[in-house]
Amino acid sequence: MEFQSIGNDVIRKDAWEKVTGRALYNADISSPGLLHGVLVTSTCAHGNIKSIHLQGARMMAGVKAILTGDSYPDLTGSVLEDRPPLAKGKVRYYGEPVALVIARSEFEACAAAARIKIEYEKLPTVNSPREAIKSESPLVHDQLGSYKKVIPEVYPVQNTNICHQIKIRKGDINKGWNEAEVIVEGSFSLPSSDHIAMEPHNAKAEILPDGQIIVDTSSQSPFAVRKLISQHFKVDLGKVVVRVPLVGGGYGGKASTNLEYLAVMASKAVGGQPVLIKNSREQDIASAPGKLALEATVKLGARKDGKLVAGEYTFLVGTGAYADTGPRMTSAMAMSCTGPYRLENVWCDAYCIYTNHTFATSFRGFGHSSMTFAVERMMDKLAAALHMNPLELRRINAIQSGDTTPTQVRLTPSILGYLPGCIEKIQKLINWEEGNRIDMGNNRIKAKGIACFWKTSSSPTDAFAAAIVSFNSDGSANLQVGAVEIGPSTRTTLAQILAERLRMDIDRIYVQMEVDTRTSPHDWKTVASMSTFLVGRAVLTAANDAIGQLINLGAMALKCSPEDLDFQHERVYLKENPEFYVEYKDIVHGFKYPNGNTVGRQIIGRGSYIMPHLTAMDQETGKGQPGPFLTPGVQAVEVELNTADYTYRIIKAATVLDAGKVINPKSAKGLVMGAMGMGLGLGSREAFLWSADQELQNTSLRTYKVIRIGEQPEYLVDWVETPNVNGPYGSRGLAEHGIIGIHAALVNALSLAAGVELDQVPVTPELIWKKLREAQNDSL
Amino acid sequence: MLQILNESLIELHINGEIRKALARPSDTLLFFLRERLGLTGAKPGCENGDCGACTVLVDGWPVKSCLMLAAEAIGHEVTTIEGLDKVPIQQAFVDKFAFQCGYCTPGFIMNCQGLINIHPDASDEVIHEWLQSNICRCTSYQEIMEAIRSVLPSQ
Ligand code: FES
Ligand code: FES
Repeated sequence: MEFQSIGNDVIRKDAWEKVTGRALYNADISSPGLLHGVLVTSTCAHGNIKSIHLQGARMMAGVKAILTGDSYPDLTGSVLEDRPPLAKGKVRYYGEPVALVIARSEFEACAAAARIKIEYEKLPTVNSPREAIKSESPLVHDQLGSYKKVIPEVYPVQNTNICHQIKIRKGDINKGWNEAEVIVEGSFSLPSSDHIAMEPHNAKAEILPDGQIIVDTSSQSPFAVRKLISQHFKVDLGKVVVRVPLVGGGYGGKASTNLEYLAVMASKAVGGQPVLIKNSREQDIASAPGKLALEATVKLGARKDGKLVAGEYTFLVGTGAYADTGPRMTSAMAMSCTGPYRLENVWCDAYCIYTNHTFATSFRGFGHSSMTFAVERMMDKLAAALHMNPLELRRINAIQSGDTTPTQVRLTPSILGYLPGCIEKIQKLINWEEGNRIDMGNNRIKAKGIACFWKTSSSPTDAFAAAIVSFNSDGSANLQVGAVEIGPSTRTTLAQILAERLRMDIDRIYVQMEVDTRTSPHDWKTVASMSTFLVGRAVLTAANDAIGQLINLGAMALKCSPEDLDFQHERVYLKENPEFYVEYKDIVHGFKYPNGNTVGRQIIGRGSYIMPHLTAMDQETGKGQPGPFLTPGVQAVEVELNTADYTYRIIKAATVLDAGKVINPKSAKGLVMGAMGMGLGLGSREAFLWSADQELQNTSLRTYKVIRIGEQPEYLVDWVETPNVNGPYGSRGLAEHGIIGIHAALVNALSLAAGVELDQVPVTPELIWKKLREAQNDSL
Repeated sequence: MLQILNESLIELHINGEIRKALARPSDTLLFFLRERLGLTGAKPGCENGDCGACTVLVDGWPVKSCLMLAAEAIGHEVTTIEGLDKVPIQQAFVDKFAFQCGYCTPGFIMNCQGLINIHPDASDEVIHEWLQSNICRCTSYQEIMEAIRSVLPSQ
């Protein structure tokens, strides 16, 4: 009776709420007396604040309070404390919050905000990671050395723009270069951009008369928010309550704590009354954290037969004006720097660098999508240098069990999965044999590109989760977890795991969608595609705990020993004769004998799980175990390029990844397809555009282009299932993986089609034209 | 001609009912629905006409409620997602997994509903043209195309 629920396209538990508009998101929940906070953000990318004129605004109707950087002493940050919630003395990016107006209504707050005049003394700007590391570059933070480290594994370099650096040193790189018969090198650049969750960031706070702080927020990390609010406002942890309803998209962008600080400050300023702050779309793009930028150099050495022998990687990661999770993403990129290939000699230097741009936070793929672009474009260049088929080059170098990762973790099939199986499948799925560049006549070239990827959790070594299972008196079960439903159907997947273990019908399992830090079991964060694994394991333990209790009580009811019993379909029954049974509904709250005597107690299953055996990366060599398992895969894109005007259509996009075990195929496919869609957007159109003064130019959805319906290709998804022995029912993490290699595959296809090396994104027709002209001029 | 100079009580036909509430001349229909009537199905995603999350039907046609003033809706039939009662497109969104976070979903469904009524014979081109006004950041759109195709009699 295995896999009743696992492996089925179970309809999401939140489906009907969501298609009827009844689903509530944070800003949908209003209350009488709610005040509104509106931010005034910087119009200058780097400058000293000379003056802030508040008089006009203070006089406006409905205004309750106005806060500026002087209102709050602390610096904040989850890795390095470098960011004031409101700029103090200096602004470091266009869009940085400078003042906060609190008023009776949103329009009164907006009207007052428009009256605030701020004068800046402009400073020279730091425009890119490459410029930022030059010795003559202006400093974004001149006090870097004095900032408090929140985690020990962050290594800022004083008097530079480098807020973190990490190295990978594996094998003997010189030996590698000596063995190499072919060496290729290339440089790549990827711009910063935005998550564009359809629900803009918003947060509400209220301080009760006894000092309790209640925060309602659209966040992926309610427990982290609680901890930081407690620390920064010096309030006992238990006195802070963070509640999160359904979240309208996160993609990593709602994993750090930002507006929550401001909402609490605002409530404090008005005697504890509730205040809601919600970003406009323009503020959400310019002011809330976005995606990192990357400038990378990769050098690969191989033998003539294509076997990789040396790899050297330099990553200049642009984290913008503040560190946020930039340093952790930088380490994550370093730990995976080779891509999923066997390489004994590895040298990687990764730097996390300040610039005067919107700061970066986690984004789908946690740095891997940018890093993978560089590595996979390089693999195609190597294939060209070797006159090898790009797919064949990847196949012969695919990492396998027994090999070690750049951080020197020895791999097993369970940890690694099976990349060659993925490559074999995609070859058919995308009809690789047809040829990867076909001239169709009429100025049309069809081309295919591929890219491999891998990713682990890069979580703190003590990341954990818990679950509670309780029962209703009709025998149905309730599942309580602390993971947030940000979109990927996490809670339905977890209910499937519970249904499977309890051998119950999935429709008899109820899950609550909201998280409340006071009643939901503690959870690390809903990030890194880890919830199914981390929380799933906790759910299994909770289920086992409940089953033990059910069987014991069943034994009392049926007057036999527990070993004689089994269970399914909400019954505990005698193995030798299933006709003798007791129903869950009669034991979940204690069992009552016919004479009225009642034994047992309410059945509550408890479970928790902590990431096993993780270790931090060594600063000098990178050695360490950064995650519990890897998810490898391969992606392919087919394009049709018009060589008359360099416009192109994306015809097909495919992913095959090793999912361990797919718990809900339709959900899983949807996640991977959606992530591919976002990645194709990064490859073809999404980028922040900066003026000469580093003012962000595209802050609306009219100027910041995303893929719209009709522009999507045909999506193809397939799986390999190599069980992850630690994962629930063998599953591995999957969700964000769909984004990691897809723009590399796209640009590999476009480079091949156009016959020119495209080493940056987004690739527009204009870029192709420019690069072709440059190439022609070079050859003249 | 109707004139509203200050905050005044206005009367709108919404989901087959007459609803009265105070509105300022500059209040958008989106604001009025959400903040005055508690109809929070229509979502703000940009309040600039770019994302479609706020789409409702006005006299059967999809309209971005962030681009229409509440006062402009006087005398028109407004339908919001709360006014749909398990219509086929809602079932299709459920069956085809055509949403994830769900934030864009009411807007998409209202646009689809308008399309189904006005162009029951829509081709893929027409579907694209209509639904291009909405953004979904979670799904790949392939699921949404499957959902709408499955309820259009022509397809
Ligand atoms: S909120 Fe109306 S179109 Fe975006
Ligand atoms: S389901 Fe999240 S934006 Fe469409």
